[in-house]
Amino acid sequence: MNLQDERPIFVQIAEYIEDGILSGAFPEDTQIPSTTEISVWYKINPATALKGINLLVDENTVYKKRGLGMFVSARAAESIRSKRKKEFFDNYIDKVVTEAKKLGLTQEELVAMIERGYDR
Amino acid sequence: MKGIEVRNLVKNYGDVQALRKVSLTFEENKLYGLLGRNGAGKTTLLNCITGRVFPNSGEILVHGETALENDKAQQKIFMMSEKNFYPDGMRVRDAIKWTREFYPGFDEGYCMGLAEKFGLNTKKKIKSLSTGYGSIFKLVLTLSTNAPYLFFDEPVLGLDANHRDMFYRALLEKYSEKPFAAVISTHLIEEVAGVIEEVIIIKKGEIIRNQSVDELLATGCTLSGTAATIDSLIGDKNVLGVDSLGGLKTAYLVGQIDPSTLPAGIEIGKMDLQKLFIHLTNE
Repeated sequence: MNLQDERPIFVQIAEYIEDGILSGAFPEDTQIPSTTEISVWYKINPATALKGINLLVDENTVYKKRGLGMFVSARAAESIRSKRKKEFFDNYIDKVVTEAKKLGLTQEELVAMIERGYDR
Repeated sequence: MKGIEVRNLVKNYGDVQALRKVSLTFEENKLYGLLGRNGAGKTTLLNCITGRVFPNSGEILVHGETALENDKAQQKIFMMSEKNFYPDGMRVRDAIKWTREFYPGFDEGYCMGLAEKFGLNTKKKIKSLSTGYGSIFKLVLTLSTNAPYLFFDEPVLGLDANHRDMFYRALLEKYSEKPFAAVISTHLIEEVAGVIEEVIIIKKGEIIRNQSVDELLATGCTLSGTAATIDSLIGDKNVLGVDSLGGLKTAYLVGQIDPSTLPAGIEIGKMDLQKLFIHLTNE
């Protein structure tokens, strides 16, 4: 994670936890790092860390166990994947096409490059 | 009334107006950044609150009581100053002992643990400490007082990157465990930008910004592109400043811009605290 990133820090915190869920680092029904741990690790205000976690609570990605902390919801990885697929066009394709146009790459050339990416 | 209230504070040094009717509030349990250029009045403000300097006029209230010559109010505040006020020959452990006398909540176990973590030798004379260890000594002491208001004046002066990292983590760990109010006066803005919640910018003795970091950053944006296009776009806007590099220009603007109204090739960016600070406090 790069906190110099243009996006708000709390959004990046939520994404970092999502990445952990997708990679299997935080499996279903296991605890995610606490607000304090995230705050100290990334040297950010605890309120910012909490805002990031709350983003995940709102999307039912994590849930609270009273007195224990935050845990990964059932099927969380699946719902993150489907959410990110929906955002894939705006987050990636749109930018790639804009850049390709700026460089004068044709549609065919761009498609060929994507195919080459799959061959790696 | 909880918190520290400063009302119409004026401090003059001869002809120099160090503080010009400064009013602000430090609420409980919040982390503040106090930012200003050299000579802006940051230290004078903190010195007035802690009674090291007498203001010409104005009022300072700590939980509703005057802070002037009031031990009960002053016990709620601990200030780590950039300057050294300790007598010659005093050792680190003596300073710890004296601080413990005045601050009943002082946690000696925590203090010794933190000193060890930083590699601070408590047997050493304060005067013989290097700039970095002088800062470390003072911030270890400050974090150990458990006072509800901690003022850090240039806490990371002379600290290497590892020690600065340790300081921010220690501060946040302590804060998460049991919240307190801290005011951090520093020039290393990028490093504290994520740590603080509220920001106060002081310029020539006047408070020019006082709000949450998120709110402040949301009040501006940057536009980058070719100089001619940028010039044509910013004519009617409130521009804080511009950076030019050859034919390229970046403008720092007050207010937000709808990206869909921008011509192709113009990029809109987020304001960061340091950039905003530089453009707000430039002469």
